[in-house]
Amino acid sequence: MTTPLIEFKNVTKRFGTQTVLDKVNLQIYEGQVTTIIGLSGSGKSVLLKHIIGLLKPDEGTILFRGQPVNEMKKAEMNELMSQMSYMFQSNALFGSMTVYDNIALPLLEKTKLHKSEIHKRVMARIEQTELTEAAHKFPSELSGGMQKRAALARALVTDPKVVLFDEPTTGQDPVRKNAILSMIAQYQRKFNFTAIMVSHEIPDVYFISNSILALYDKEVVFQGTPEELGDFEHPFTDEVIRSLESLQRELTGLYSQRQFKMLNRTQFQRRKSDESYCVAVFTLSGLDAIKSMLGYDAAQVIIHSMGLYVDKHFGSIGGFSTRRNHDEIVTVLPYSDLQEAESILKQFIADFQEKGIRDIWEEAQKKTRLEKCVDFAILAGVAEGQPIEEIDAVINSARGQQKEIGRMQCAVKE
Amino acid sequence: MAFAENNWNHTRGKQESSLAALMERLFAHLGTKVIEWIHVLGAATIFLFVALLRSLHPKQLPKVVQQIYYIGARSTTIILLVSLFTGMVLGLQSYHALVQFGAQGALGTLVSLSLIRELGPVLTAIMITARAGSAITAEIGIQRITEQVDALKTMRIDPFSYIISPRITASIISFPLLTAAFDIIGIIGGYITGVILMGLNAGTYLHSIQSYVDIKDITDGFAKSIVFAVIVATVCCYQGYYVHRRKDSKGAKAVGLATTSAVVISCVLILVSDYVVTSLLLI
Repeated sequence: MTTPLIEFKNVTKRFGTQTVLDKVNLQIYEGQVTTIIGLSGSGKSVLLKHIIGLLKPDEGTILFRGQPVNEMKKAEMNELMSQMSYMFQSNALFGSMTVYDNIALPLLEKTKLHKSEIHKRVMARIEQTELTEAAHKFPSELSGGMQKRAALARALVTDPKVVLFDEPTTGQDPVRKNAILSMIAQYQRKFNFTAIMVSHEIPDVYFISNSILALYDKEVVFQGTPEELGDFEHPFTDEVIRSLESLQRELTGLYSQRQFKMLNRTQFQRRKSDESYCVAVFTLSGLDAIKSMLGYDAAQVIIHSMGLYVDKHFGSIGGFSTRRNHDEIVTVLPYSDLQEAESILKQFIADFQEKGIRDIWEEAQKKTRLEKCVDFAILAGVAEGQPIEEIDAVINSARGQQKEIGRMQCAVKE
Repeated sequence: MAFAENNWNHTRGKQESSLAALMERLFAHLGTKVIEWIHVLGAATIFLFVALLRSLHPKQLPKVVQQIYYIGARSTTIILLVSLFTGMVLGLQSYHALVQFGAQGALGTLVSLSLIRELGPVLTAIMITARAGSAITAEIGIQRITEQVDALKTMRIDPFSYIISPRITASIISFPLLTAAFDIIGIIGGYITGVILMGLNAGTYLHSIQSYVDIKDITDGFAKSIVFAVIVATVCCYQGYYVHRRKDSKGAKAVGLATTSAVVISCVLILVSDYVVTSLLLI
């Protein structure tokens, strides 16, 4: 079995008489995105600060690649720390330095790189995080989102192997929250670092996480994949996850994957095995181009508006939807046969072509001041299934039926 | 009768025990305070030595130069202004006092020795505490409460080398230089009132300075200013760096209180250490 990159063994932390972590056990594996979820004040940030060495446990051991951290020599400890980077909840940017200087700081202070090389690396990160225009501004002159990106750029400039994110989306609007999470996921794939994140953004974090750690009542009560969390029965699920998911549903019209799974189960239990239902799959083709040309915010607005549009049409006839992949929405029509589903889809397409796609594009344009245009298309497909069938097979079948239902095409300048 | 005596003894015993309890509480409180003070004194001494040790690295030079600019160069105007008027008022008061004994010829000596030995180092230190010391505490305090100090640690940058050490080194360099400027401008201030306004002979004023001011007076003044620099920089940096450990408040309020404490403690310690150093130098 693979040795975990980081392992906690019975870690306890107290502040005075108050116990914050009580015999915490966890494993974090290399190359994965691990998200720590839990209520405010449940000790998530304290846990993260133990990993980076800002706090030391009162009891228990922290192991890095199987080696106890407290037994490491100074040189080994330095080597370990050089592989890690931390993005603070409050960003912790130096107010008296420009964004450029903030990002360059770790390279200037801890490497012997030539100034031209440092400039090259800093500018690369500034461009990747879309901060070119803000490079010579002070943090106080930036918006909250831009400050987050500056903190992210600083965390990534040393090419760390492990990046710790302490609530990277705090204080952001729902669209920007998704944009930041999406950015983290993309960078994690691109630079292949191990990401450990503290977040409240349920279910959004499920899309980018390989592993979820649930911290409840001073202990880790769950560790597993986002899918496994769906079957987890614990007071934590009622208190934390359901309340956060309800909020998410109000904001986007989409259910979390966990809720979606539960709804499916409930619906199919009521139905006879020979009755049929339908699944519609909507895919946004060109989302990556939107992200790179217009930014993460615009891409998230498009997905968000698309979700609301789908829910408006299909929600009224008992349909329920979820975001299956970063560019895909799946809708289940539990009481419709193929003929009815196709007829509703036809109405949806007519409305979407007449108004919907333009509305979505206009919303996205509001989020970016750039005068750029990006081609993108929406694909849709419907398939019929029966309760005895695996829903994944029906979804795959609907994917196979997909055809273009709308396209936003940029005018060609002569 | 026996009952009355017993009762009296009982009351007296009760009074004695309550007095003992009161004394115990008083000494316990005093003892706790003394232990706290010794603890802080020890911590501040270690803090100072670690910072001085870190200042030996050549990479520190640009940061020290930057801090000399903030602590020293930017304090010059206020120091010059204060020193000019201090010298002028000293010249004016001393002239009127000396004239009564027909000793106005000693004005130059009185003004220069007062400034070089005492007023120069003390007032310079107090002025820098008010201008730069308070800013040091507030800046480091804010860096602490906004997790900037922790951010440095996560980047493997030693906060002592990056924040504390350059400020203490820069203070040790800036204080004597500003004291020298204070002394010179103060003597010029005395010249303005004594010679230009009161009509004392310029040669007499300058000759009395030349005759009675010894090189030891100047080196003693500089020695004091270095002691004050160490005290002010350590107190101000310490108060800012450990602002999160304050028990009386947290956050921005704690930074405000730490800044006030830094200025008050520095000023008191300047005056106390002035007496101690003067006594030692006069032995």
